[in-house]
Amino acid sequence: MKERLVELKEEALNKVAEAEDAKQLQEVRVAYLGKKGPITEVLRGMGKLSKEERPVIGQLANEVRETIAGEIETKQQQLEKVALEKQLKEEALDVTLPGRPNPTGGPHLLTKLIEDIEDLFIGMGFEVAEGPEVEQDYYNFEALNLPKGHPARDMQDSFYITEELLMRTHTSPVQARTMEKHEGKGPVKIICPGKVYRRDTDDATHSHQFTQIEGLYVDENVRMSDLKGVLNAFAKQMFGQSREIRLRPSFFPFTEPSVEMDISCKMCHGDGCSVCKGTGWIEILGAGMVHPNVLRMAGFDPEKYSGFAFGMGPERIAMLKYGIDDIRHFYTNDVRFLKQFHHA
Amino acid sequence: MLVSLNWLKQYVDIDDISPEDLAEKITKSGIEVEGIETLGDELKNIVVGYVKSCEQHPNADKLNVCQVDVGDEELQIICGAPNVQAGQKVAVAKPGARLPGGMKIKKTKLRGEVSNGMICSQQELGTDPKFVQKEFEDGIFVFPEDAEVGADAVELLNLDDTILEFELTPNRSDCLSMNGVGYEVAAVLDRTLLLPNIEVDTTTQKASDHIQVKVEEPELNPYYGAFVIQNVKVGPSPLWMRNRLIAAGIRPINNVVDITNYVLLEYGQPLHAFDYDRFGSKEVVIRAAREGEKIKTLDDEERTLKSEHLVITNGEKPVAIAGVMGGADSEVHEGTTNILLEAAFFNPLAVRTASKHHGIRSEASIRYEKGVDPNRVKEAGQRACQLLQQHAGGEVLSGEVEFNDLDVSEPVIDFDTDQINQKLGTSIATDEMATIFERLQFEYQQDGEHFTVYAPTRRGDITIVEDIVEEVARIYGYDYLPYTLPEGASTAGGLTVQQQLKRKIHQYLQGAGLNEAMTYSLTSEKGAGMFVDPVLKERNPQPVKLAMPMSEAHSHLRLTLLPEMIASVKYNIARRQQDIALYELGSVYISEEKQITKQPEEKRRLAAAISGTWVSHQWQKDVKTVDFFVLKGIVEGLLSMLRLHNVSFEAATMEELHPGRTAVIKVNGDHVGFIGQVHPFVQTEWDLNDTYVFELDLDYLLEHADLEESYEPIPRYPSVTQDLAFVVDESTKAKHMMDVITEAGSPFLKDIQVFDIYQGEHMEEGKKSIAYTLRFQDPEATLKDEQIEKVREQIVQAMEEKFNAELRG
Repeated sequence: MKERLVELKEEALNKVAEAEDAKQLQEVRVAYLGKKGPITEVLRGMGKLSKEERPVIGQLANEVRETIAGEIETKQQQLEKVALEKQLKEEALDVTLPGRPNPTGGPHLLTKLIEDIEDLFIGMGFEVAEGPEVEQDYYNFEALNLPKGHPARDMQDSFYITEELLMRTHTSPVQARTMEKHEGKGPVKIICPGKVYRRDTDDATHSHQFTQIEGLYVDENVRMSDLKGVLNAFAKQMFGQSREIRLRPSFFPFTEPSVEMDISCKMCHGDGCSVCKGTGWIEILGAGMVHPNVLRMAGFDPEKYSGFAFGMGPERIAMLKYGIDDIRHFYTNDVRFLKQFHHA
Repeated sequence: MLVSLNWLKQYVDIDDISPEDLAEKITKSGIEVEGIETLGDELKNIVVGYVKSCEQHPNADKLNVCQVDVGDEELQIICGAPNVQAGQKVAVAKPGARLPGGMKIKKTKLRGEVSNGMICSQQELGTDPKFVQKEFEDGIFVFPEDAEVGADAVELLNLDDTILEFELTPNRSDCLSMNGVGYEVAAVLDRTLLLPNIEVDTTTQKASDHIQVKVEEPELNPYYGAFVIQNVKVGPSPLWMRNRLIAAGIRPINNVVDITNYVLLEYGQPLHAFDYDRFGSKEVVIRAAREGEKIKTLDDEERTLKSEHLVITNGEKPVAIAGVMGGADSEVHEGTTNILLEAAFFNPLAVRTASKHHGIRSEASIRYEKGVDPNRVKEAGQRACQLLQQHAGGEVLSGEVEFNDLDVSEPVIDFDTDQINQKLGTSIATDEMATIFERLQFEYQQDGEHFTVYAPTRRGDITIVEDIVEEVARIYGYDYLPYTLPEGASTAGGLTVQQQLKRKIHQYLQGAGLNEAMTYSLTSEKGAGMFVDPVLKERNPQPVKLAMPMSEAHSHLRLTLLPEMIASVKYNIARRQQDIALYELGSVYISEEKQITKQPEEKRRLAAAISGTWVSHQWQKDVKTVDFFVLKGIVEGLLSMLRLHNVSFEAATMEELHPGRTAVIKVNGDHVGFIGQVHPFVQTEWDLNDTYVFELDLDYLLEHADLEESYEPIPRYPSVTQDLAFVVDESTKAKHMMDVITEAGSPFLKDIQVFDIYQGEHMEEGKKSIAYTLRFQDPEATLKDEQIEKVREQIVQAMEEKFNAELRG
């Protein structure tokens, strides 16, 4: 009997080893470990054995069973692994195929620039002020020291609606309106972005509609050097720490003194190139100390208060920054243009 | 203003400064030099030649064979100019000479005759044809008789000059004169200024015996000076004067006209020379024009005057529009011998009005409009008299006849050194400040740190202390201004709630796949009437029209954002960009007035337009074309982001939208906008593909958005879902059913989704099946089957009662 069990074990283990799939393995299991299998049969014949032999054979029979069962289990895991490997292999993807795109949108370049500029000045304690685009002649011109018949009104040919109403030609009327609301009490620190309109024929460098962003700082003892310091901080954050600024005298009716601010050219670092037309400098904005007439008309005492104002054109800045060659791109909304600035 | 450096050199020593450095210095201290033009850079070997003989070419009718003495030799030159003659002094480009554009002159043969050079016209020497005198227009230039044979023609014609182009801001009209430029450059460089002296010999005859002046509008014409010059010989002006006029961009005419123009350039003071004998009277009367009165001006145009125009008359009829242009009848001509010279001060606004009305921007009107120096009007007249005496052989009668009511007082400005430094943030010493006033040639008195400055009237822009601040700053140099930050109390700064919300809306829409667009606020008349929100239409808004639009496409203020947005869609389609997803936040302008008298109401709105493919993932057969529900989903998401609840979409019609695919959008019953497909007719008219649009009242959204953040505990008990399908009439609206289900399913029904709609086979005609997934939950306990069954029955019952709905098995 003992020999028979050892024989059966050898036989079964060989069959387990030979089994090629789960089905064959199951057959082995049924054949050797089933109720009608040879080991069961051996155990059934144990009654004929002596008292001493019985436990010995019994133990051996169990060992054989367990060994076979163990081998089957191992083999089964092995087969499952192979099968899984096969399945995974079949499931392999061409990972280089394109993924499913999500619709993506983005900001208009001008909005992005305006928000960036707003944020820079918000960081310096400014608030954002807005105002109407159809303005009264008074706020657009007169309150800004541009009385009727002033020659400087030629500088900005305007879209009038009636004699007293026009499309605002700059965002400066917001300054006048905001100061009025402050009823002669400072400080006033505002940044005013918005759309403005001029009587121009649209071409690559002119647009009858464009955007402006202006700033105003009115308080006691505001100095021209403060304007220079604030503009310098702005220019460095906006255009890069290595950029320098310079102020050149200029003229605006609503400021005195008036200046234009240039920044050093990014391309040539001041040596002169085609971008800066050989000057090493690029004109970025106009600024100045608020004219006492403007303060007075808005209800501020120019003896007590002083202030500075500045204004710039986001289109111009965008065109310089990205080398955009046609201002009309900002308003025709060609999707090939818009999509380029999703990450601006 | 074009500034000749050869001319400027006579006033200020600039020999040791390159034109570029000079331009840079001037620019940095206030006047932008826009351009530097060096005229005859490439010209050489061009001399004055004397034409000894001029014979017709034996083999060519139109050519002449000239023997020309050029000083050191005699050259045979073939010349085709019609005006070449023996005895002339001409500009000869000798062999080896170079002309503008790099052309080289070589010895050559023309039709068998040797030609050793070229006799030049001014155009060939690089002068702009529009500044060449009439008599030399179609031929060679002829020098005055006193030109020295062999002399350098380039120098004589001032072609070795450099011209700086000054871009003048409106306040610096003082530099519309060479004297003014002289003052400026002397101040910038801190050098001495030398201006020409005026000396006039007058005859014993008195001008007042020949002319009287009467001003009827002293407000508009506070000064009028009349000078009389007799026995003038009209002819060419001296070459140097002609050269300077050309350099400044004025064409030489004759000595009398040239002299008035020359003084205009020197002083910035316009003058006018009348032919005294053709003036028509002995009295100059300055008055307002009569309405409809006519005058033929120098340019031979007949002009009709208005009562707000100021005119110079001979007592009877106008002979000039004051400060703008003279009349043709009294114009100086070749035979003129006696001159009536006008030096006047006209009110800037009066000149501007007339110049604008007649569309004449003359050198004179430009200067009058900006204001001339009241202290130099008479002096300019005297200067012209001097030049007429010197260069036109005129005899100047003694004593100008004037009307003088002119205020020539200087603004007096008082301040302390400290005051200037405080405004600038500088610490400029009192002495240094005084030096700046010296440089500017401002008269001043100084008492310790106190200054009294008498602003010169030539600088009309200096009237208040801030003007002085600017003068000090620009001469001191902005580069030396320190960088400081304001010392006042700091403020928090920031965006208002609505401004923050606006940014959130931008972010949401971009995240939803839309690109921000910016369109024009001005649209066409037709555009202004399109896509008008039904609620706005009830107000009968009147599109606001510009008084003087630049084009019909942009003549009216928009009432909605959509017309211009649709124009952008069209623009893209025309460029083969089919997939479009745009949105815009912008203002519209609403007025109900037929004749607008007050500012229109500006309403902020939000619009979007989508067209083409929304998602394209072709290799997995996942391609989604835009439709109503893509756009509706974006609106729903937006309203939900703003926590605007109780939203409904109600079928509606609008002229420009698809009648079966349009809805008005309501929040808590308030109309907030509309959504729909562009009407196929409109799509065809605009060459669009299927396009879906919405427009919302942005002001409403910003005002009503609920910003309160709140927290609801996450349920601890599981939820149960059930699907229910109902058969109803096909006209039954999904929303209505959902409202009924929601009510009947209360309080355990937490969510309801449509998952299927079916109509067609196996379905009774006129019926549809609509299937919902319902999710039930009790936040306090696990729901029991009986509870769910009860709710389910309630729902089925309610659906049956309201819609005669049948539960589908």
